[in-house]
Amino acid sequence: MKTLILRTASDILLPVLLLFSVFILFRGHYLPGGGFVGGLIAAIAFVLHAFAYGLKNTRKIIKIHPGFLMPLGLLISFGSAIAPLVAEGLPIMTGLWVPGHFPVIGKIGSALFFDTGVYFVVFGVSLTIIFTISENA
Amino acid sequence: MLLFVCLGFIFSFSILFLHKIVKGKLAWLSALVPLSIFIYFAKFLKRVSDGEVIRSSYNWIPSFGVNLDFVVDGLSLLFVLMISGIGTLVFWYTSSYLKGHQYLDRFYAYLGIFMSAMLGLVLSDNLITLFLFWELTSISSFFLIGFNNESSSSRKSALLALGITGIGGLFLLGAAVILGDISSSYSIAEIMQQSNEVVMSSSYIFITILVFLAAFTKSAQFPFHFWLPGAMKAPTPVSTYLHSATMVKAGIYLILRFSPILGDTYFWNTTLMIVGAITMLYTAFHMLFRTDLKAILAYSTICALGIMTFLTGIGTYEALIAAMVFIVVHALYKASLFLITGIIDHKTGTRDITKLSGLRQGLMPVAIAGFVAASISGGIIPTLGFVGKDLIYESTLHSEYYPYVLTGISILTNALLFYGGFLVGVKPFLGPKKEEYSKIHLPSIRMWLPPAIMVTLGVVFGLAPHLIGDTLVVPGSKILSKTSEAFHIKLWHGFNLIFWLSTLTITVGTVLYFVLKPSHALVKTIEKLEYISPKSIVEKLSLLYKIVSKYWTMLFQNGYLRHYVATYVTFIIILVGFLLYQDPRIVIDYNSLADLTVYEITIIIIMFLSTLFTVFTPSRLAAVASMGIIGFAFCLLYLFYSAPDLAMTQFSVDTLTVILFVLVLYRLPKYLRFSKNYLRIEHGILSSIFGTMITLLILKVLSQPKKTEISDFYAENSYVLAKGKNVVNVILVDFRGTDTLIEITVLIVAAIGVFGLLKLRLKARDKK
Repeated sequence: MKTLILRTASDILLPVLLLFSVFILFRGHYLPGGGFVGGLIAAIAFVLHAFAYGLKNTRKIIKIHPGFLMPLGLLISFGSAIAPLVAEGLPIMTGLWVPGHFPVIGKIGSALFFDTGVYFVVFGVSLTIIFTISENA
Repeated sequence: MLLFVCLGFIFSFSILFLHKIVKGKLAWLSALVPLSIFIYFAKFLKRVSDGEVIRSSYNWIPSFGVNLDFVVDGLSLLFVLMISGIGTLVFWYTSSYLKGHQYLDRFYAYLGIFMSAMLGLVLSDNLITLFLFWELTSISSFFLIGFNNESSSSRKSALLALGITGIGGLFLLGAAVILGDISSSYSIAEIMQQSNEVVMSSSYIFITILVFLAAFTKSAQFPFHFWLPGAMKAPTPVSTYLHSATMVKAGIYLILRFSPILGDTYFWNTTLMIVGAITMLYTAFHMLFRTDLKAILAYSTICALGIMTFLTGIGTYEALIAAMVFIVVHALYKASLFLITGIIDHKTGTRDITKLSGLRQGLMPVAIAGFVAASISGGIIPTLGFVGKDLIYESTLHSEYYPYVLTGISILTNALLFYGGFLVGVKPFLGPKKEEYSKIHLPSIRMWLPPAIMVTLGVVFGLAPHLIGDTLVVPGSKILSKTSEAFHIKLWHGFNLIFWLSTLTITVGTVLYFVLKPSHALVKTIEKLEYISPKSIVEKLSLLYKIVSKYWTMLFQNGYLRHYVATYVTFIIILVGFLLYQDPRIVIDYNSLADLTVYEITIIIIMFLSTLFTVFTPSRLAAVASMGIIGFAFCLLYLFYSAPDLAMTQFSVDTLTVILFVLVLYRLPKYLRFSKNYLRIEHGILSSIFGTMITLLILKVLSQPKKTEISDFYAENSYVLAKGKNVVNVILVDFRGTDTLIEITVLIVAAIGVFGLLKLRLKARDKK
């Protein structure tokens, strides 16, 4: 499926979709969105690229194996879950919030980091499964 | 305090980075870990002997009443000091015993986890954390017992030990939940305040049985004793640690800890006494038929545990003191005998008592330690063993139930223990010197000093029993028997009845030692009876379990995907269909329903058509694409009914699913009709029934009065508590964040599974 149209489209769509996925992740706490959907969208962005350019080229632009994103994400989520216990002696999963208001993101708190972890895990898992299957099928 | 309880975990984790040091010449440094714990807790001795109870609490999951509450009182401090003290010596000994072993670092890691789990177990005031530490000891001991994982018998024993003690832990959880339900607290101290309500409650018998099952499996009481001799497959330092001061004593600790809550009833006392008595007699006689040093020690350990259970069963103040003193006695002599056996095994390469003799030459300090250890075990004056035996007879004579029978049983058992102790601690060193052992010389000081230190303590405590009595045993027993009466443990009581009983025991033991000769013929005799032993019965049962589960699995999981799906669907149809059949009323309030719009009708038509297309199309790719259409149609439905989150997720998931399918299907052979026509009809009927049933189910749900408490709670609190306006997301990342955490872990496991399976297949294909 290496058509010119798809290639051109995916060149533009890849950064746009990635940005969009991050946007979806950040707005999740107030509006529809969140880490799960964000991760899926990010994965779709790369899958689209793989369709257009072939898997090898996609691997090249990602540089690392997508599988490494899974433990990274889990670590971020787990870290944000136990952060209250370590930092304040509060039970795990208690929300910690930075005072003040930030543009676009709203409030920054442990929930956002938790969601970021989910984002990376979903991103990593989808790409790992899809890449592995398409390599071996 | 948390730091010191968890020091073993920290140590084990740090071995990941420090394994080179732990394996090298500085391995003995690891003994500093238990030593520092010992020193930290030894500081509490003064306060505990004044009758103080030291508490330290850390929040863990306060919303469930699960906290890391640690309590230092006489009983727990006694155990803590034994665990860390003997731990220090075992860590030290291991550095020489397993010198240069390939996996010494792993060994220390398991040992560290085990030690911390044991500390947590005896210090926990919370039943749930007690359970967690309890299971952690079972799991870490599995790795320790199966340390020589290349031998199949070692693996089997480890599995057996894990099976028995692990199941016991589940009983403990059951007891904890019921107790928590009755007294609405998981804190042992608080439950103790309400022991009357617990004893009067209707589930008292049930709780007690559960606690007994947990304790008896862990402490190897009859008929669950058989895992312990098998656990001797472990390296000797492990046997030393597990069977002298830690693992098996956990059960005894549990019944001691629960005796002020559940104790002092007829059921409690008699059950413990009967089980303890059977265990101690049964295993004491078994000891006569063994020739392997470690097997003799294993049976004498179970026997000693039987005595402790028995004493706890008598349940008087004196008996509890006797039990606690005996715990110390047993820990000291059993640990030293195990370590001595380890030295003998290390030096001669055998543990067969019929072959060993004359080892005193070359191993003199070890021989002396062996003799003293045997004296402690036999209860010869002036060791602590003598004090312990005195206390045992005193409590049996003062028992409410059959004092003479109980005393008789104790004398017999003690005489046999005397015999066992001398067999292991003295016999290998006496007799003519053998040619093949002539070159033996003393091992490293790290090996012979630990048993020497322990037997010295055994004598020191014997001469001055108040050293442990006033500081630990009596304050501990006071709490357990809810009394403030003073009690002084003494070595010498004069020539009274108890003294003569003690002398009788030693005489019988000595006669046994000279008359009985362990031989392989005796071992063979007992092996003939093996088929009726509890062990072989359990093994046969587990074999049966294996066969049944294999057939069961084959029945439902035959490897065809369609078969799996059909099984699930049929199962759900039967289950839900039965419920619907029981109460088939469906009331729908048509007025409350919104009108159908053109969009909805269009979508439903699209869905219906693409379903038909999916089922009947001859092309696989077309089927997948039309499945995708159904998915996107769903997204639109979600949008119409204001669930944009769901729509977004469904949309992305559907896109990826179609891509995945296309990637796989692209390479598959041509779409053929594999399944037979009647099977297709059968599956069609099944799916139609399933669909109808789900529809009925949803209508049924609609006809129930709406309960919106949960959604109201989330809607009201998501901004207040979690500062988020998107309730769905707040539930996912905050209210039910733990679920999400586990879900993403499952996702990762699934991805690793796919990766592993396909990569392995690829490699296998490459080889061809």
